[in-house]
Amino acid sequence: MLSLIIFLPLVGGIIILFTSKTNETLLKGIALGASLASFVLSLFMTALFKIGGGFQFLELGNWIPSLGIHYHLGVDGLSLPLIVLTALLSLLSVAYSWRIELRLKEYLFLFLLLETGMLGVFAALDFFLFYIFWEITLVPMYFLIGIWGGPRKEYAAIKFFLYTLVGSLAMLLAILVMYFNAQPHTFNMLTLIEQQPLAAKPVLAALAFWGFFLSFAIKVPMWPFHTWLPDAHVEAPTAGSVILAGVLLKMGTYGFVRVSLPMLPEAFRIYAPAVAVLALLGIVYGALVAMAQTDLKKLVAYSSVNHMGYVMLGVASAAAAAGIPEKAVAAATALNGAVFEMVAHGVITGALFLIVGVLYDFRAHTRGVDEFGGLGARLPMYTGITMVAMLASLGLPGLMGFVAEFFIFVGSFGIFPYLTVVAVTGVIFTAAMFLWTIQRIFLGPFNERWAGLPDMDTREKISLVPLAVLMVIFGLYPRPLLDVINAAMTTLVAMVR
Amino acid sequence: MTPPAVDLRLLVPELVVTATAVAVMLAGLFLPAGRQHLLRWLAAVGTLAALGTTLTAGADPTPAFAGMYVRDALTRVIQATALLAVLLAQWLSGEYVERTGLEAGEYYALMLVAALGAMLMAASSDLIMLFLGLETLSIPLYVLAAFARTDLRSQEAGLKYFLLGAFGTAFFLYGIALLFGATGSTGYRALAEHARTPAVIFQAGLALLTIGLAFKAAVVPFHFWAPDVYEGAPLPATAYMSVIAKVGAFAAFLRVYVVALAAQAGEWSTLLAAISVLTMIVGNVAALRQTSIKRLLAYSSIAHAGFILTGVVAGTPSGASAVAFYLLAYTFMTLGAFAVVLMLHRRGEEADQIADLTGVAWRAPALGGAMALFMVSLAGLPPTAGFLAKFYVFTAALDAGQIGVVVTGVLTSVVSAYYYLRVAYTMFTGQPHEDVGFAGGRWVTAALVTASAGVVVLGIFPGRVISFVQQVGQAMR
Repeated sequence: MLSLIIFLPLVGGIIILFTSKTNETLLKGIALGASLASFVLSLFMTALFKIGGGFQFLELGNWIPSLGIHYHLGVDGLSLPLIVLTALLSLLSVAYSWRIELRLKEYLFLFLLLETGMLGVFAALDFFLFYIFWEITLVPMYFLIGIWGGPRKEYAAIKFFLYTLVGSLAMLLAILVMYFNAQPHTFNMLTLIEQQPLAAKPVLAALAFWGFFLSFAIKVPMWPFHTWLPDAHVEAPTAGSVILAGVLLKMGTYGFVRVSLPMLPEAFRIYAPAVAVLALLGIVYGALVAMAQTDLKKLVAYSSVNHMGYVMLGVASAAAAAGIPEKAVAAATALNGAVFEMVAHGVITGALFLIVGVLYDFRAHTRGVDEFGGLGARLPMYTGITMVAMLASLGLPGLMGFVAEFFIFVGSFGIFPYLTVVAVTGVIFTAAMFLWTIQRIFLGPFNERWAGLPDMDTREKISLVPLAVLMVIFGLYPRPLLDVINAAMTTLVAMVR
Repeated sequence: MTPPAVDLRLLVPELVVTATAVAVMLAGLFLPAGRQHLLRWLAAVGTLAALGTTLTAGADPTPAFAGMYVRDALTRVIQATALLAVLLAQWLSGEYVERTGLEAGEYYALMLVAALGAMLMAASSDLIMLFLGLETLSIPLYVLAAFARTDLRSQEAGLKYFLLGAFGTAFFLYGIALLFGATGSTGYRALAEHARTPAVIFQAGLALLTIGLAFKAAVVPFHFWAPDVYEGAPLPATAYMSVIAKVGAFAAFLRVYVVALAAQAGEWSTLLAAISVLTMIVGNVAALRQTSIKRLLAYSSIAHAGFILTGVVAGTPSGASAVAFYLLAYTFMTLGAFAVVLMLHRRGEEADQIADLTGVAWRAPALGGAMALFMVSLAGLPPTAGFLAKFYVFTAALDAGQIGVVVTGVLTSVVSAYYYLRVAYTMFTGQPHEDVGFAGGRWVTAALVTASAGVVVLGIFPGRVISFVQQVGQAMR
């Protein structure tokens, strides 16, 4: 079933390649069908998922036997929410892309290829396979930004590509270090976690750790590796930004939790304070820079830097507590918060980029925060959803973002009290930034330039309403999602100990 | 002394290639002008037959000609690669040579003879044999470079290639002479025996031999000829020589270093590692600013020579297998990229500027997709042949403790992604030039499809091919 979820989009993409490009309805239908099927299957898998059952839906087959490479998939409480999130955001993005006119066929193909890559990253349990999927996401995103992007698309696309490529090649070297130190040599991630091949080799472990760190930190992106992000986000087409922020960034934090933490706990523990400080810088810097932006898309992009900083603070705290039994509860709490924040940020920031797109793509064609004003009275539906998303993003209790941040702060306070205190101030900046933005766009005197602006149409509602609903549901009743995550994180913390 | 008994059955692949070359050349003389296209069929059938006999030939090491020649797993794998390269190159040339009036029996015959040279180099177990193979490979390539007789650039390319090539050969020959002086024999076995206690003259001979091979493989600092020759030679000839010369030269590298001089690996691997690092850096950095696709691919071929060399540097059986795999992958992706360029023309001329590719993908999406695939593969990104090839050589080198080489390789791969993607990106943006038209036909399409399939299959389902090339490593243990 897992393979089906992963490869259905690709199959759809290949069918699209062989469909006439004049029949746009059919092309869109196939893309929607493929991503819908994948999403429905992922929901079905969630229903069958047993909480606390470790890795499930395992698939293991020989792929390149002569090099010891297997086709190995499986999901646990960490990857399941991310897979569902990926399938959901891809589906909504395809729905949102309904009005793409330029090179629709190629657009949809690349999009579905990207979806396959992302789903694969979260499900792969063989390092080689993990790496392949990781890299498969690169090329489609490069072309999505490079062809369908904004004015500076070429620069943004190649910058995104080269940054990420440097990171992934560092990861490749780190993977090979792991591979050669395991006895027998293996790419199996579960075996590597069990064996801890680098436990007795601190120097190699440190090298491998920094190799992985570079790759994941660029993807997250952590300060100071974040400079590709504003460019890529601003230039990418709306659906591309949604996927970039909603899913691709999660690949980085997922890597930290899936790879760095369980495989190199010692090294991660030693360097956790450094990672936490970088995370903190990301939190404060991201919030402050976001506040200074007048371009709405850039503002949301920098708020991503800020939010991913929270995630990393949680992960680093858990890493610092590795091996200390009395801090295990705090570590599990911080990790729960971090993973919850990954999902929450995916939903919220995905929604925010769609919101920017609604205004920019088909209506105002400008993203200047200062150019609007008083839209609240004219676009009630749009205003409502934007308010929900922005309030969720700033961490208003009762919405999804609050739950995540609360857990992260509670958990990391027990481990890095001073850093956490500073990090909490980030929340104030974020709140200020979003409230100020809401004020500038929706309140105040109406700018007559936008008198003819229509409210959201059905297609936009279809893409945005589910996300807003999710923010409220998981904000008020986060338990189902938390249970799934918690079981996996408790196991992880116990294993690291 | 009785003449050595020769089992000609061992030589069937070489004999088939030779016979095909002769037949094509003769048929070219007698076929009327309108029916020259039959030559393509003749050459293709002959090559396929040779490929078949190579693959079915045994892989147990069997010497012949008094130890001059050996047929083993390495022979088989490299010969199959060489034959594949010549087959694809013939298909690539199909429409081009017809359009430009170059079509003649000699053209295909020269290609086949060059392939024969590479095959002999792969099967050599004696320096004299290696030299014969090298010359059989090189001389047809000099002629092919100058094959567009009326084109000044082509003449210049041929002359340049010939003069510098002769220079390289002289080094090579002098190296053999010194080695003969040191060991009293030209066999690889004698080399292996003397490798443990090398005299100065032995070292000097080996160094000269290396220079000769490095010249053929276009490895820094013996690469200066490559961009000019690649740019001047007719496009399909460029495509072919960029592949076949590598196949032959690296077969020789494997034979001499990894097989014969395995005992002395500690000494030569440092030297080769330095050359490899230099080649990767120079090739990739110089490619960044090229505007001609031929020159870009020339520097790319230099860069790839550096990557392939990392497998030789490893000096292990798995390194040798990795080199064999890389050569196969390189054949598919480089010939594929050339095939895309051959599908286009600019007012009847070669469309050899990167700018000529502007926006072509929107007029021919499949062509754009194929070019993107080859560029992604050349840059070494999954899930393509290029990635697995790089992964394989780097893994082998890392296993042999060559960390510096691998780190350089990885970093220069990032650099290479920039210029390869620029080519792919150019195809997908902007307005196509009005001057640029399509020149495709059945033959070049067949080559393009085969190369694409090769790149994808080697990237995603490489299981069988990898066990095939692993025979190379197993034979060495």
